[in-house]
Amino acid sequence: MTLYDALIGPFAEFSFMRRALAGSLALSLGSAPLGVLLLLRRMSLMGDAMSHAILPGAAIGYLVSGFSLGAMTIGGLGAGLAVAVLAGVVSRITTLREDAAIAAFYILSLAAGVTILSAKGSNVDIFRVLFGSILGLDDATLLLIASVSSLTLIALAVLMRPLVVEFVDPVFLASQSRIGAVVHIAFLALTVLNLVAAFHALGTLLSVGILIIPAAAARLCTNDFGRLLGLSVVFAFLASVAGLLVSYHWELASGPTIILCTGLIYLVALLFGPGGGIIKTLRPARQHLKG
Amino acid sequence: MSAALTFDDLTLGYDRHPAVHHLSGAVASGGLLAIVGPNGAGKSTLLKGVMGILRPMGGRIERNAASTAYLPQAAEIDRTFPVSVYDFVALGCWREAGLFAAIGGRQRARIDDALGKVGLAGFENRSLSTLSGGQMQRALFARLLLQDASLVLLDEPFAAIDQRTTHDLVHLVAEWQREGRTVIAVLHDLSLVHDVFPQALLLAREPVAWGATADVLTAANLLTARRMVEAFDDSAAVCERAA
Repeated sequence: MTLYDALIGPFAEFSFMRRALAGSLALSLGSAPLGVLLLLRRMSLMGDAMSHAILPGAAIGYLVSGFSLGAMTIGGLGAGLAVAVLAGVVSRITTLREDAAIAAFYILSLAAGVTILSAKGSNVDIFRVLFGSILGLDDATLLLIASVSSLTLIALAVLMRPLVVEFVDPVFLASQSRIGAVVHIAFLALTVLNLVAAFHALGTLLSVGILIIPAAAARLCTNDFGRLLGLSVVFAFLASVAGLLVSYHWELASGPTIILCTGLIYLVALLFGPGGGIIKTLRPARQHLKG
Repeated sequence: MSAALTFDDLTLGYDRHPAVHHLSGAVASGGLLAIVGPNGAGKSTLLKGVMGILRPMGGRIERNAASTAYLPQAAEIDRTFPVSVYDFVALGCWREAGLFAAIGGRQRARIDDALGKVGLAGFENRSLSTLSGGQMQRALFARLLLQDASLVLLDEPFAAIDQRTTHDLVHLVAEWQREGRTVIAVLHDLSLVHDVFPQALLLAREPVAWGATADVLTAANLLTARRMVEAFDDSAAVCERAA
């Protein structure tokens, strides 16, 4: 096999591969930086929880009109936003912390989603909802993913300053501006939007992987916030390309292979990451400076 | 002299329990006031009320200051977030830069000046997580310098820092007062209060005493404050003084 056959051929030859590549790269562009913020806010597991919260809405959309992009997107968005906003409101108004509020809502969502799906869907349908169908992205779905990514990048560019201040020193932000609550809810809404976009490609169980794993790998490589954002996107890009090629050549499921590739990058970063990998932590530099 | 801050029968609290109970009084413009009292006495709660972060359960707070700056307790800041000292201190320019504007050359000069004044020149690119407790406190003071506020609220500004850092930062507080700013600080070190703060408020949820520091920090008043019961009374009746 030539290098061309290995790396370029599959994309040059098959439009479904090109669509999958475009979809996964667009997804990476918006989701990875958002994942960095989730990670730094110690909300990685909440991202996971919220990805499950999308399920009952998507399931209702499916129940109403089958595998319709519009119905499942609106359903997923509705359910995800409702859970995110409810959890945010509950944590701000009651004594319950946000993680507890989200955990309660997402378990209920997951149970509701699976119940609804099992009432109508076949095992194939359930498999597709849970793990996505990145090789079957049509124009409308691609457009949705690209729009969500564009919106995410614009929103992050506009809101980055108050977002970071809300995370680092919320009391300072509250003392300077009333935007704290708005920023917090906008952040949760962006997370849900990206999870819904990722849901179409990677399914409800894997969607959070493209947000969190590249971000975690980048965190092990650098302590600089700007580089962290950029590196997370590079890692997500690499995993998308590698995952699609590996799944093509070895005839594996594409979505899970992409996520496994993010896992491989994470493993390398875990071992060799200069920002806090295992080797750096276990083997401190032998020489030290005078002052 | 006009009042920078007036409390009128103020009650602040959580879940219907008062943390500051029926406080009345005024802080003169340009005054230097220490708030002292046992843990759970409502000192930080009072500052949060003044900042408008916490709404009164009763009474009123009247702020008569052009701008207010607040130094939070160190525990309220997430120092694991990878933010540089420079960027953190630059937040002091919030009033001019707001949510979106870039930091200009004039502001950069002010940031450098503030970092130099608190002894953090050369620390610009360090992340917050690598700072010692004293260095973090210096960074917070640098941010306050940039905020250039007429009313400055400090919540335990000298907790867990060494004598040299305390000395340097107290010097800044004295300078603020000379410039005519009003400074209110929550403190536990009573000898520092005696040395630096002419006015003191002894709080034990209820105000125990408020006035000249020597008159407030008497043995009898401190004993009264120490008798405060920390836990909220779950079976307490509705306060009769509440409107």
